[in-house]
Amino acid sequence: MSRTERRAPWLFLSPWLLGFAAFTAGPMLVSLWLSFTRYDMLTPAEFVGTDNYRELFTDPKVATALGNTLFFTVLHVPLQIVLALVLASLLRRAGRAGGVFRTLLYLPVMTPPVALAALFLLLLNGQTGAINDVLGWFGFTGPNWTTDPAWIKPGLVLMSLWTVGSTAVIYLAALTRVPPELYEAAELDGASPWRRFRHVTLPMISGTVYFTVIVNTIASLQVFTEAYVMFYGNAQTEAGRDDSALFYVIYLFQQAFGSLRMGYASAMAWALFLVIALITALQVRASRRLVHYEGEVR
Amino acid sequence: MTVGRWVRVSAVVAAVLVSGGCGGLGASPEDAPNALTTMGFGLPDEHATARVAVFRDRFPDTDLRVNEGAFDEQQFLSAVASGEPPDLVYADRAKLGAYAARGAVEPIDDCLRSHGVDQAQFRPAAMRQVTYGGKVYGAPEFATVRLLIINNTAVRAAGVDPATVSSTDWSALADLSTRLADNADGRFRRIGFDPKLPDFLPLWAKANGVELITPDGRGVRLDDPAVVETLRYTTDLVKSQGTWAAFKAFKDGFNDFGADNAYAKDQLAVMPMDSFYINTLATNSPDVDVTITPFTDRRGEPVTELGGQAWAIPKGSRHPERACDFLVTMTATDTWVTAAKARRDALAAKGRPYGGTFTANRVADEEIFTTVYAAQGNRILDQGVPIVRALQDDSFALPASPAGPDLIRAWQQAATRVLTGAQTPEEALGQAQREADAALDRVLGR
Repeated sequence: MSRTERRAPWLFLSPWLLGFAAFTAGPMLVSLWLSFTRYDMLTPAEFVGTDNYRELFTDPKVATALGNTLFFTVLHVPLQIVLALVLASLLRRAGRAGGVFRTLLYLPVMTPPVALAALFLLLLNGQTGAINDVLGWFGFTGPNWTTDPAWIKPGLVLMSLWTVGSTAVIYLAALTRVPPELYEAAELDGASPWRRFRHVTLPMISGTVYFTVIVNTIASLQVFTEAYVMFYGNAQTEAGRDDSALFYVIYLFQQAFGSLRMGYASAMAWALFLVIALITALQVRASRRLVHYEGEVR
Repeated sequence: MTVGRWVRVSAVVAAVLVSGGCGGLGASPEDAPNALTTMGFGLPDEHATARVAVFRDRFPDTDLRVNEGAFDEQQFLSAVASGEPPDLVYADRAKLGAYAARGAVEPIDDCLRSHGVDQAQFRPAAMRQVTYGGKVYGAPEFATVRLLIINNTAVRAAGVDPATVSSTDWSALADLSTRLADNADGRFRRIGFDPKLPDFLPLWAKANGVELITPDGRGVRLDDPAVVETLRYTTDLVKSQGTWAAFKAFKDGFNDFGADNAYAKDQLAVMPMDSFYINTLATNSPDVDVTITPFTDRRGEPVTELGGQAWAIPKGSRHPERACDFLVTMTATDTWVTAAKARRDALAAKGRPYGGTFTANRVADEEIFTTVYAAQGNRILDQGVPIVRALQDDSFALPASPAGPDLIRAWQQAATRVLTGAQTPEEALGQAQREADAALDRVLGR
């Protein structure tokens, strides 16, 4: 390989590398430095050692926000995965109408998050919202989804399923790649539909499921926009809210731009980075036993 | 094409892209000597457009750029921190103390002095909000007060004369609130009395004889027994009608700015409210039967809290002299009068009532309500406007504080914790006191 040929890939990569250095790696390093300082954006940063990190362990709101975020993640990710899998399985059987249903399923994903939040704030209103009206037709008295501390997070999980289409289309693509002869062989062996799903479908799409679990988990741990718009976006929505919708990134944002504590907010960001890295590492470890790649020899 | 040729072509493309990108890094139009940029200010009506027109007439060589949009704290602070602030910022007066303490905005005493502005023309409460450490940091603009709005139909149906409803006798008010509320099986049909928690806690505390922030803005009195008593009483007003979850959800469903607002739909009996809402009711539901009356303290004296925005000059403003010209012009008496006339005439052309222009400038208000405003036979405005005018002169405002937003958050969340039943008033305000003290200590380096 000539020298020019060796250099060529780097030249093609260089725009991305420059962008990564300037807009991702650089700010990350700066935020790492800031996390050891007291900095309000307006006066010079003052080095405070590990004070910010130590405060993370004594600030009760950090524990509350982290608990809320984990609660949301634990509910949202499995529900999103299961519902997406069910919808993808149904779509696969939709035949010639599949295109229409695929489009319909994906359309909600295109809704801007702010519009989605405003819409669900109306739908989920416990006194006047449509969701409780529908529950009422079946004899159920719905909760105050947007104001009752016990129901705010379940309400947000319900809302988050609105965008299940993005995961469902990924599963649909994976399902179509499962060799039909595997199903035929299983059927000849007398496998029930459940056993065919459990022992053929699931192993064959486990790589895709693994990918969506990781991506959805990371996104859930960083949940911000919808909850912020619904509950913290302005004085009117924030007034009278307790901390039941205070997700970690919302609290981080409040510390940064509400209390002007950039150093503390940076420490919070790095702590979240470590939490996400830890959870992802656990998922990677679990995947070695649970995920099957076609052609893989163990 | 060979690899070597690809490399050369790519290098040229990259060079073109980079040079094109660098084109945007030169002098921006905002750097021009005659430019003047604002942040947080919009041009929604004649109160804004007519005053801007006055400035443009007086300073035709200034290239005024009004970047419309609500004040965004993140955007403002990022702009100041990056050394690219606007020349002027328009923000809630309650936020100014925190910015002043951190040096994000500049004092304007010299500006006001050089233009011969008599600071006594501004309402004392408004000046209190923009003064920190003995220096003035903002030119106060509009001024709203808080008063009671009573749904006559609901109150009369309960056998009570609306003229007798007041916030003076807390025990009587609590009884009335319970009688007026309509809540069955957790579903509200009407709120009896909405104390407007947590926003109006400072007003209720003042009515009970205590201010939440010390006069120098460097301390709070959140765990004062009078504040605890206030919070217990006001939260009990809500709890006696239903759960906070149901109460708030019902309120969140109100169409505040439509013809089918809570008063028109009989969803609300009595509530203290910002005075701007009189105008909204008069315009959108002029026939709604309401009584407007001052909010009173426990001795029966009117008490009200003043609110509004102010113009300030951020640190690093590239055109502070022009910014000074602008804020002085925008808050001057003759400018306000011009705007009031323009607003009145524009509304008349649309067949809508003009509810007056309420500013922090006492002299301007005097002129406006002498020469511009006239009663128009709108029952809501005819009773509401004189009350607002009378209240403005005796209004109070909490002092500017270096940790203002943190303090507000601390007592608002305390009220919420009591409303949700998570804590008692003593516990909640004790925690709020500690949080507020910590925030003040951080900012003041104590």
